[in-house]
Amino acid sequence: MDIQMLADEVPVEGEYSLEGIDFITSGEQYLTFLLADEQYAVDILCVEEIRSWENPTRIPNSPGYIKGVINMRGIIVPIVDLRMKFNIGEANYCETTVVIVLTVETENKTRTIGFVVDAVSDVLNVEVNEIKPAPAFGGCVPQNYLDGLVNVGENVVTLLNVNTLQEIEKHQLI
Amino acid sequence: MSVDLSQFIPSFLEESFEGLELMESSLLNLEQGDDETINSIFRAAHSIKGGAGTFGFNHVTEFTHLVETLLDEMRDGRRNIDPDDVELLLESVDCMRLLIEAIRDESECNSEKIAENSRLLRQTLASSGSVISEVVTINVDELATENNNDMTTWQIKFIPEHHLVQTGNDPLLLFNALADLGEITVVANAKELPALNDIDAEELYLSWCLTLRSNASEDDIKEVFEWVEDECELILIKEENVKLSKISVDVSSAEGVSDESTLSELCVSSSKIATNTPEPSQKNNVDKPAGKSKNDLGSIRVGVDKVDSLINLVGELVITQSMLSELGNDFDLSKVERLNAGLEQLLQNTKELQESVMRIRMLPISFAFNRFPRLVHDLSKKTGKEIELILKGEQTELDKTVMEQIGDPLVHLVRNAVDHGIESAQVRLANGKPEKGTIILDAYHQGGSIVIEISDDGGGIDRQAVFNKALEKGLVDESTTLTDSQVFDLIFEPGFSTAKELSDISGRGVGMDVVKQNIQSLGGRIQVESEQGKGSTFRVNLPLTLAILDGQLVRVGREVYIIPLITIVESLQPQKTLINRVSGDMLLYRLREDNVPVIPIYQLFNIPCEFEHIERCLLVVVEADGQKIGLMVDDLLAQQQVVIKSLNDNYQQVEGVSGATILGDGSVAMILDVPGIITMALSKAQSNQQNQSHVTPSISAGVIS
Repeated sequence: MDIQMLADEVPVEGEYSLEGIDFITSGEQYLTFLLADEQYAVDILCVEEIRSWENPTRIPNSPGYIKGVINMRGIIVPIVDLRMKFNIGEANYCETTVVIVLTVETENKTRTIGFVVDAVSDVLNVEVNEIKPAPAFGGCVPQNYLDGLVNVGENVVTLLNVNTLQEIEKHQLI
Repeated sequence: MSVDLSQFIPSFLEESFEGLELMESSLLNLEQGDDETINSIFRAAHSIKGGAGTFGFNHVTEFTHLVETLLDEMRDGRRNIDPDDVELLLESVDCMRLLIEAIRDESECNSEKIAENSRLLRQTLASSGSVISEVVTINVDELATENNNDMTTWQIKFIPEHHLVQTGNDPLLLFNALADLGEITVVANAKELPALNDIDAEELYLSWCLTLRSNASEDDIKEVFEWVEDECELILIKEENVKLSKISVDVSSAEGVSDESTLSELCVSSSKIATNTPEPSQKNNVDKPAGKSKNDLGSIRVGVDKVDSLINLVGELVITQSMLSELGNDFDLSKVERLNAGLEQLLQNTKELQESVMRIRMLPISFAFNRFPRLVHDLSKKTGKEIELILKGEQTELDKTVMEQIGDPLVHLVRNAVDHGIESAQVRLANGKPEKGTIILDAYHQGGSIVIEISDDGGGIDRQAVFNKALEKGLVDESTTLTDSQVFDLIFEPGFSTAKELSDISGRGVGMDVVKQNIQSLGGRIQVESEQGKGSTFRVNLPLTLAILDGQLVRVGREVYIIPLITIVESLQPQKTLINRVSGDMLLYRLREDNVPVIPIYQLFNIPCEFEHIERCLLVVVEADGQKIGLMVDDLLAQQQVVIKSLNDNYQQVEGVSGATILGDGSVAMILDVPGIITMALSKAQSNQQNQSHVTPSISAGVIS
């Protein structure tokens, strides 16, 4: 067989096009989720997985918003209920209740933590210039957890800072 | 061919540290005329020098060269082995270690000490012992200069062993290096070349005849072949040799008093034919794991037998797995029997696999012990006491992590034994003891733990002195009566030292408490036995491994907790009559003679439970720090081995819990930290008392007003 023919059949990198899937986009991608009626989002690159709710093992004498720990393929992962932590809505557990497991790498260590939310909704593409600073008044969510706000249609999505989230047990709510 | 050498630096470092350790231990055992030992020291130094040269660590090469020269003189019998030289060599080993550590940390090392040491080395080399060698050096130099004038023709026969290329040597590179010295003609001899079918591509079948016209000396040529000298036959023939024989006459006359061995050695080296036979490979330090420093990521050398047994076990596991999956393809009740058998086999396989994997992490305790001969040697010099160190049970195996962390506490205990334990020679003689003190380090297995004993035949602990000191510090009351072991335990209190005068070895009172803390953080404990005038024994009890623990599963409410089996004294069903309520709200349980305080886990951890009354639940009596407590639980479940997982990784340290583990059903269970629970209960009790004392004044104030 002609070698040139063979070579032509081998696809060159970048030749494949996946139509209809906007894999390649500019800006950042965020995973949005619901706490009661409000929409929040975290950097999608930090999302390890999305799990359904399962009863965790309690940690003795821990604050109420730390529900306990679960076994994720041999790793002990603490579970934080964001609704209780931020005091938004009712902390009830039903079929749509999910746990978003985030892995955040900081300088000296990597931490994996699960966050209980009401529902996961969408993946959001955000250009950097679309992010507006969050107003500095009111609200249950402390300012240091916020990265900014993004307008999506008629709704507003709050971007959460993963670095402060991963230190969540250190911050006491006032 | 260019190879990135830097990737080999870690293994060079590792091998160098091994070499240094070997040198150190051999130097300590060095006796007069012990050729084998001095050879092995020399070899270690030589390979460090060679390695350092390859990587361009010139200061290491230069320094090691001095050491090597001194060793060479001892090896050849040109110099007697006297204690001062050995001392100097030991210090040089320290310097080499500093240099190599500096390379590892990419930092600057203490150049003053090294300069001082190399000055001493030079001085020693220059002193009488090495006159002969000086003469030889000069003459060889002369030889080289004389040869500069006229080119010499060398016939070199190079017959490598077949596996030469497998060790990473390339003859072409050697010839290139030779070509740098002068004009070269190469003739390859392919007589040994087998038929094409029989050729092993990784073997070398050729040999070479080289003719070199150069003004290089014999040493220069030999240096080219330095790396392969063990793996080839090398014959050097000089075609013009008149001057050389003249030189050897010069040397022997310059010597005056002729030393047999030196002379013959000299003749051999300067005779016209130098034959290099491969040295018997005595590098027997292959399976010797390296001593690690703290900031090292660490590697383990594992015996092939251990790896082989792992592979066998994995093989069996695969077979069992395929058997089970086949069984599952069309399963009906008639096959239950086989299923059970298969599961049994699986259990067996997993257990064995687990044991073998754990065994890989196990190292003989000699790695922790081998630093002590040097330590005791130095200390006995410093203190002027003669001490013999006896090591026993060096083959006892211990988990690598435990080993690394037990090193420092052991050093401290040995220092203490030398400084406080062993008396000075006069006192010893006056007490009718041999002048030489003895310290024994012993290690053995006992149940699931390892015991390390440090005993000395010194003065023992002065019970009264300890007690008085404790009184002074307000740790005990005049009236308290304490057992011996309770008194001796006082020395582990912070800031406690009965040494009458401080020395720079020990006696500042920082230490014993740290020793105890370190040992406890490893899950171990330490005991002291001592008899005044006879000596003392420190007994350290350590778990074999930190990764796996035997646990008792208990249930409290709906939660399952694990209590480390090693802490459990007994479990019992409390009898109503033996429960006493004292000082308000404290429960005591009468366990034979003892009154054991009862700690309800549900209260401590704030969880709902089934039985709140002590009569209806079970009591697990545990012991830590010599304190017994009863833990109230709802039910006892199975006993099993659990793998310890840290809560710290993704969360934080939790009081009263030492870690977590995953149970058979995939759920997580907390492992109770018994000493932690005791402290928790204590602080809870204290805060209760404080609250009460706050309340009382306000009431009395109310009454007054």
